[in-house]
Amino acid sequence: MVKINGKDYDVSGMTITEYLTSTEYKKELIALERNEEIVPKAEYDNTVIEDGDIIEIVSFVGGGSL
Amino acid sequence: MTEHINNIGEYPSENDIMKALTDRHGIERQKKFNAAKVCICGLGGLGSNIAIMLARAGIGRLHIIDFDRVDITNLNRQQYRVAQLGKFKTEALKETLSEIMPYVEVVYDTVRIDDVNMYELLKDDDIICEAFDNPYAKAMLVNGVLEHFPEKYLVAASGMAGMGSPNDIRTRRLSAHFYLCGDGVSDVNDDIGLVAARVMICAGHQAHTVLRLISGELK
Repeated sequence: MVKINGKDYDVSGMTITEYLTSTEYKKELIALERNEEIVPKAEYDNTVIEDGDIIEIVSFVGGGSL
Repeated sequence: MTEHINNIGEYPSENDIMKALTDRHGIERQKKFNAAKVCICGLGGLGSNIAIMLARAGIGRLHIIDFDRVDITNLNRQQYRVAQLGKFKTEALKETLSEIMPYVEVVYDTVRIDDVNMYELLKDDDIICEAFDNPYAKAMLVNGVLEHFPEKYLVAASGMAGMGSPNDIRTRRLSAHFYLCGDGVSDVNDDIGLVAARVMICAGHQAHTVLRLISGELK
């Protein structure tokens, strides 16, 4: 099992890009930490999620006039 | 605490102000505040309020960055005055900060931060406050700082629009050097409004997290 934002998911073996594609997250709006370390966006394609990983995804929302 | 009453027009010396700050904060904490170097990226509703709170604490060096000018639509929540309309936010805020706390060093860059210039801009700061409005810019800055400056502290914000409960705004520690304030969901683009009180609560979370980091409360 993998913990993502506090909930358990059965996604080990997927790359971060594969996981994100299965969600509504937009890559340009997020920061993703795996086991308390930032994963650079350039590494999303080849970073494989492992069993026991703890992942936090922050998706930013607007706070002013765009 | 001193019971001294100042005369109108009296201008305090740096020592007078330092003594007053030390009375409120304690000598050890004030020394840490005086030695801190904090950068505020974006000087809107979050950043202008964070800067004033940190200046009042006597932070040693405030580095303020924004490319924009003061606009009439900023007045509902940002710390600018009608007399400052049209001025660069950096220059207007520096003026206000020096009126509030004249001996705080304020350096500014009137520039749009991007993923090319951020490394040079931020290299001398110890703590970075992300205070942008645009969510793409927020994500860009947070990723850049966490990737390239793992030794610095980052205090970011997401979700402070609307009329929701003030109690939904909180501070989370996401990793050793990364704190995130806000309710995480209230997006101004959902047309829910944006008022000073709720924005300032979020700014207060960010400023107070900075002060807790500096005073060693969050080790």
